[in-house]
Amino acid sequence: MILRRLLSRVATTLVTLFGVAVIVFAVIRIVPGDPVAMMLPPGATEADIARLQAFYGLDKSIPEQFFIWLGGVVQGDFGTSITTRQPVLGLVLSRLPATLELSVMALVIAVALGGLVALTGTRLRYTRTEGALDVANGMALSVPDFLWGLVLILLFGVLWPVFTISGRVSPQLVPEFATSFFLFESVVRLRFDLWLDLVQHMLMPALALAIPLAAIIGQLLKQSLKETMHLDYVTLARTKGYSENQVILREALRNAVLPTLTLIGVQFTFLIGGTVIIERLFSYEGLGNMAIDAVINRDLPLIQGIVLLFALLFTLVNLAVDLLYAVLNPRLRHA
Amino acid sequence: MLDGRSLVKRTAGLRLWLSAGWLTALVIGAVLAPWIAPQDPLMQDLFTSRLPPFWMDGAEPGYWLGTDSLGRDVLSRILYGGRVALIVALIAGTATALIGATLGLIAGYFRGWADLVISRLVDIWMAFPPVLFAILLIAVMGTGLTSVVIAIIVIDWTRFARVVRAEAMAQGAMDYVASAQVSGRGRMSTLLTEILPNVLSTITVLLTLEMGIAVIVEAILSFVNLSVSTDDPTWGGMIAEGRLSIHQAWWVLVFPLIALFLTVLSFSQLGEGLKDRFDPVLH
Repeated sequence: MILRRLLSRVATTLVTLFGVAVIVFAVIRIVPGDPVAMMLPPGATEADIARLQAFYGLDKSIPEQFFIWLGGVVQGDFGTSITTRQPVLGLVLSRLPATLELSVMALVIAVALGGLVALTGTRLRYTRTEGALDVANGMALSVPDFLWGLVLILLFGVLWPVFTISGRVSPQLVPEFATSFFLFESVVRLRFDLWLDLVQHMLMPALALAIPLAAIIGQLLKQSLKETMHLDYVTLARTKGYSENQVILREALRNAVLPTLTLIGVQFTFLIGGTVIIERLFSYEGLGNMAIDAVINRDLPLIQGIVLLFALLFTLVNLAVDLLYAVLNPRLRHA
Repeated sequence: MLDGRSLVKRTAGLRLWLSAGWLTALVIGAVLAPWIAPQDPLMQDLFTSRLPPFWMDGAEPGYWLGTDSLGRDVLSRILYGGRVALIVALIAGTATALIGATLGLIAGYFRGWADLVISRLVDIWMAFPPVLFAILLIAVMGTGLTSVVIAIIVIDWTRFARVVRAEAMAQGAMDYVASAQVSGRGRMSTLLTEILPNVLSTITVLLTLEMGIAVIVEAILSFVNLSVSTDDPTWGGMIAEGRLSIHQAWWVLVFPLIALFLTVLSFSQLGEGLKDRFDPVLH
């Protein structure tokens, strides 16, 4: 059962990825102007243009071009960046760790904050505190990460400047590490000064990304928790003499958490999507910032690569969530 | 007894009125901008550069919310920027709703291959980060109001399609639709006279929320300088300039940010309020 589900899910994922490739290719192809003309210096001869066109396969039909391009992408050839003249794949992969670390940090903050809101709201249910939390939660929910980022810059960058609001790491501390997972590697290498500096840079952008997600988690988890609190087994736990806190944390939480987990999975992709503008806002050197630079420089192969990488990331996260859900949900597990 | 829910409910009406009030004020301000703006929003004057807002020392009369580093009046630019924001909200929001809802209705009511194609397209769209997708489209189409509107339609039609499809599917399974068909109505006429009126409230709620999203997307695009031409004042453009001079002139960032914040919050509160009004269970 699980295997069949897995196979059909992988199949739809492949269809989605193919569709993504078609769209990205189509969008880039409708760009006005000849892509070759943009690569050549002014004054290039007709023969130069024809040679370059043949080199990139641009003299072939559109479907042929698509499959040549797709064949390259599948083998890891994402083309060459126009501005830096370097392979796109290498450029993109060098920035990916920064974005992943930021996203995971934001996710951790969102889960912690949202969980706290939900637990507090459940513990103090039907009080004014719950009502106030609900109103605040509603606001956090309806204002997107971009605006929270600006608010945080004002609060903690200007009004009370305790956090760094620009960059990923202090220039004098830029490490010579084996990977670009600085946050992770600094722990492994016991460079805690560097780790602290990274966290200090990352905290504000991560918080901006986390606030809307935390609100969603808080809302749904509290709702599930409150529903669970009326169930018989929870009443039973109460009659056994458990305190209210123990009932919530040990009994109710375990059963209420599944819908929230699924939701977190879907929302995590939105969070990753938000890094594009948040990285720009905080001058954080990740993929999103690189994407906007690429757009400004009209470096289409680079944008293409970044969009494809993001799409791959999104589909993989969605796939992982679906499979995780199948494993965690007892009804599906034993079906 | 005063419990938590009543606090939320009691303030719901108030929040709805505040939201409607802010949006009304914004519409009036934007429409009347040429007559009520105290200064020319584009006029640069280095003698009036970085004037503080009216309550601070060194403020000049006529520049209520101060000036930016080029001496342009912040209040006037916010009023004119509101025009761009509202135009985008109105045009992009409505067009997105029309296209997305139509596709959702077709997929949810007619099912079959149309549903298959539309649902697959929605899946593919979900794999794109919306902001990056919008930026990519602008990069390809070039900047300008039309590009911004098209980009918003292209990235956001799925919002409507998904919800309206599910709703149309649920309505299509109901008895009243079956009875309409038994009585000899055509499929198309059933869709327009039976299903559509019943999903219209959902579309209205989504449209209100979408307007807020459109305002944000426009602000993000103008923040990275990819919206309308750089001459026209936009909130996102003002925020980008304010971000650079934040330590010298915080007001250049703060006032457009407040305008944007209130507008986005108002659209979303209005949408949520409408949702509660339309929901027969909650009502």
